[in-house]
Amino acid sequence: MTDLFDRDVLPAPKGASLALLRSLLAPVRGRVRLTALLLLLQQAAVQAGPLLVAYAIDRAVPALRRGDYGPLAAVGVGYALCAVASGLLQLAFVRVSSRVGQDALFELRGRIFRHAQSLSVDFHERYTSGRLISRATTDVEAIRELLNDGLQELVGIVLSVLYVSATLLLLDWSTGTAALLSLAPLCLLVRSYRRRAMAVFRRRSTAIAAVIVKFTETMNGIRPVQVFRRERANDAHFDELNHRHRQANGDAMLEMARYVVGSRLTANVALAAIVMWGAYRVASGSLALGVLAASVLYLRRLYDPIDRLGMFLNSYQSAAASLEKIAGLLAQRPTVPEPTAPVPLPARPADRPGREAVFEGVSFGYRTGGEVLPRFDLTLRAGRTVAIVGATGAGKSTLAKLLARFYDPTHGRVLLDGVPLGEIAGSQLRREVVMVTQEAFLFSGTVAENIAIGRPDATREEIERAAKAIGAHDFITALPEGYDTDVRKRGGRISAGQRQLVSFARALLADPAVLVLDEATSSLDIPGEKAVQRAMHTVLRGRTAVVIAHRLSTVEIADRVLVMADGRVVEDGTPAELVAGDGRFADLHRAWRESLV
Amino acid sequence: MRSLVRLWPYVRPLRGRLAVAACVAVVASCMSLVIPLALKWIVDGPVADRDPAGVWLGGVVLLVLGCAEAALFGVRRLLLARPLARVEADMRAALYRHLQRLPVSFHDRWPSGQLLSRATGDLSLIRIFLSFPLVFLLVNAVTIAVGFVVLIQQQWMLGLVLLAPVVPMIAVCSVFEERYSRKARTAQDQVGDLTTLMEESVLGIRIIKGFGRHRGQEGAFAALAGRLRATEMDKAGLLGALWALIITLPELAVGAALVLGVRQVADGALSAGTLVAFLSTALALRWPVESIGFLLAVTNDAATATDRFFEVMDARDPAASRAVASRAPAAAREGGLRLEGVEFRYPDAPADAPPVLRGVDLHIRTGETMALVGTTGSGKTTLTALIPRLHEATAGRITLDGAEITALPRERLRELVSVAFEEPTLFSATAGENVLMGAADAREAELLRALAVAQADFVHALPEGHRTQVGEQGLSLSGGQRQRLALARAVIGSPRFLVLDDPLSALDVHTEALVESALRDVLATTTALVVAHRPSTVLLADRVALLSGGCITAVGTHSELLGSSREYASLMSGPESEQEHRR
Repeated sequence: MTDLFDRDVLPAPKGASLALLRSLLAPVRGRVRLTALLLLLQQAAVQAGPLLVAYAIDRAVPALRRGDYGPLAAVGVGYALCAVASGLLQLAFVRVSSRVGQDALFELRGRIFRHAQSLSVDFHERYTSGRLISRATTDVEAIRELLNDGLQELVGIVLSVLYVSATLLLLDWSTGTAALLSLAPLCLLVRSYRRRAMAVFRRRSTAIAAVIVKFTETMNGIRPVQVFRRERANDAHFDELNHRHRQANGDAMLEMARYVVGSRLTANVALAAIVMWGAYRVASGSLALGVLAASVLYLRRLYDPIDRLGMFLNSYQSAAASLEKIAGLLAQRPTVPEPTAPVPLPARPADRPGREAVFEGVSFGYRTGGEVLPRFDLTLRAGRTVAIVGATGAGKSTLAKLLARFYDPTHGRVLLDGVPLGEIAGSQLRREVVMVTQEAFLFSGTVAENIAIGRPDATREEIERAAKAIGAHDFITALPEGYDTDVRKRGGRISAGQRQLVSFARALLADPAVLVLDEATSSLDIPGEKAVQRAMHTVLRGRTAVVIAHRLSTVEIADRVLVMADGRVVEDGTPAELVAGDGRFADLHRAWRESLV
Repeated sequence: MRSLVRLWPYVRPLRGRLAVAACVAVVASCMSLVIPLALKWIVDGPVADRDPAGVWLGGVVLLVLGCAEAALFGVRRLLLARPLARVEADMRAALYRHLQRLPVSFHDRWPSGQLLSRATGDLSLIRIFLSFPLVFLLVNAVTIAVGFVVLIQQQWMLGLVLLAPVVPMIAVCSVFEERYSRKARTAQDQVGDLTTLMEESVLGIRIIKGFGRHRGQEGAFAALAGRLRATEMDKAGLLGALWALIITLPELAVGAALVLGVRQVADGALSAGTLVAFLSTALALRWPVESIGFLLAVTNDAATATDRFFEVMDARDPAASRAVASRAPAAAREGGLRLEGVEFRYPDAPADAPPVLRGVDLHIRTGETMALVGTTGSGKTTLTALIPRLHEATAGRITLDGAEITALPRERLRELVSVAFEEPTLFSATAGENVLMGAADAREAELLRALAVAQADFVHALPEGHRTQVGEQGLSLSGGQRQRLALARAVIGSPRFLVLDDPLSALDVHTEALVESALRDVLATTTALVVAHRPSTVLLADRVALLSGGCITAVGTHSELLGSSREYASLMSGPESEQEHRR
């Protein structure tokens, strides 16, 4: 499984790429037909030109000599009409076909994005943001090229081949048959091209994704890159990845060259052979000279579209390789799926604080590694604050993530007021259980918008109240534009501690029944932490809380403390009980008192 | 479109091939004209005359011409395939190199999605332009010019009629170009924004999931994608209109020529055959003329892509030139790290905002460890960024052992100064490689020592020990684990100067104590600046500096400052205990 991720080849069911393309075009089916019709009409208007010339010479000239200007005027007007019509039809075609293409792309981009959002955290931990970006940009771009020009090419090619073959068969069916037979080797060439090009384009799509992954990693970590002088080593690594893409890109163009040479050669040889055979038949009297002359001219036109077919195939194969990658992504199922028949949580009586969480025979192991949490049972009573302490890697965060349903347990289940988490609708679960992690990520937008992620419909007043409650108000108002300061433009300036305050305020605004704080105060200074602690007394009242902290000061406000080691709860009791005892917590507590000096 | 000229340095290496390719393309398109003539000659001559030898000869000629045509098609593509892939790759590598060396302030301003869309989408647009439109704009121009010469020679008056639309078409094309390139620019910027949003939504996935905010993100994404679609539709509308005019205007001229020609034929001034020949030539020019619309569009896309590429390539490191200018008379060769009157203001800060740091004076003696303490947001992290020159001090000087840092080559400076950031970033590499980044020539023994100092022995328990892949493409480690690896990276190779930004924030008390005791040995031999939030970290230091209001307001030992500075006391124990003190 890891291998597939490393090599960037997620499996897609057979036929998924085509099914994806079809499902994108299905809603715009009517417009697709309209484009074909417009193209037909446009071709008709263009083809009318030569007919009008013939008419002018055959009819208008004699009429003119008789002093009749009518036919000439008709030709002039007709020609002008055709000119205007073909222009307008082209305009209409471009607009309608772009609409088709853009609608399909809009839908595809949205689907990739929505799907990425629905996939579980453990997927993202392995797929990397770079690859996802690659899927949504370069792969979508490949499909854009197909949709933009592919349709016009394809319709044009089909029309021209149908028209010319019919004419050839009508002129002389044996020449026509020979010409059609000559299309067989061309089909073989097309097949071979498609097979080989598919391999190359797959390679190219993987290669550009690797380039993007490296690129985003470097730009997102530019500080350590520069400080640890990684520039040259990065240059070398990037060159290697870039070279792989360059190779694949060159290979793709060479495959195209192979196809063009092969098909042009086949067509020209067939042309020469048919002309010779025709000449023989004219000599033996079984073919009229005029028919041969006409057939020869049409033959040439029969082979005209092979270059255009090449261009179409090129964009088609490139799009197919990208579709395959996208289909592979879309075929990934969330490991933490939404329930099909969600069970609503029982209504919470106004006087009952928080909700009860129960771990029932739960064990957990990551797919990639061994067991992190061996089987355990645990009940977190409603309205109580539970602190979890223990060394890093003891499994505290994993336990918290199970409660917030970032993962599902390998065995057993987690219940919220008696309802398994897996059966609660995502939207309700996220209202009830909120987790604040130590990674305090800020999105682009203002400070206020970042806090409002907790509850998008919150008023400015409510946002400020949440910020005040947590002690973030002062620093926010000191920013150049207060709550309206754009964090990206000055993102580097909001310190890690301040970011943690913002994400705290975010959680507070969400007002959940169960609040999980995972190292949420690690970067705060002591006054900040104290302010948060003061706030916690009021903030945690009325909800169930799980607090993971290294600073034992936070633990003191807990009703109950769990000490974890190697995935197991080794001590359990009130803070006072544990401090009085002689277990790990008592040791930790002593060490912490000493660290405060 | 003038910006395309700037591509020259990258295109130069293949100018010969491009020239040959253009010639080949011209010859090939002539060949395509010759083959029908040869067919006509065979049918009219040997076949009509029932001349078997002539038929054979004709067949051979046809075959040779056919093979030659196929070969020419192949040659053009063979000539350009690898070199064009190379141009794209070279430009991308150049962009990457350049970006890695631009100052952090540049990266703060530019979302990485915008940079990425330049490195991928824009460069592939440029490659497409070089492979097809560049050659065919030329080929078509030649074809059209030759065609007109032929037309005018055949019938100068009718030829002039066909030339009539040239002036309005040039006007139309220039109006189109201006509007289209504006739209193309908007579209490419919107793709960059979309990329940025995509990236953020993955990096912040835990928060989005934690709050169930994916609907909002999807809404934002759909709005942005919708705007992109609207821009693309505008582009299509412009292109469609241009195309319509490019088709209609010449056709109207052909129609006029037809009417005039027919009158002349009727008058006997012109033979019907000449008129047909004239009009066939005119019709043969249809494709070269009509394709101009499409070629212009691609060219414009490439031109805006080039603009976007050079926007980033033109960004200079402002400090690169200033370095020499600000070289002050060499101070006395005193040891340690000294900051003198250091002032800093973010380049994009509003003019009326006070600078973050104004006049920081601090001296850390050789071998001394100085703790830096201040309230959240007082500029401690900013100050640490000035020492390895991630940001450039706007005024004042910073010296390392008497040498001004702006006079040192950056490479050398960053060799001297080792840093652990508050947010530990690991790269996609093995755990060992991540640590060894701090000192490229360090050996395994030093690696083990650094891991021991940072209490990062958990590394040995990973599936493949320190050869386990970590970072975005590897095993995800906890915050505390990452922080310890980042600390190991900073201390490996015994750097002369060490800057640690709150290096223990994510550690539990027990581990913190272990790290502290191990770190003491390292700190004993280096000159270090340690940003600290807690007394336990402060105790690692010999002296403490208090940063307040953009200045160092107090320097002394922990106990001295506890007694002398109320601000310091409150920072170290919180306002409550301060009140307790007062009581």
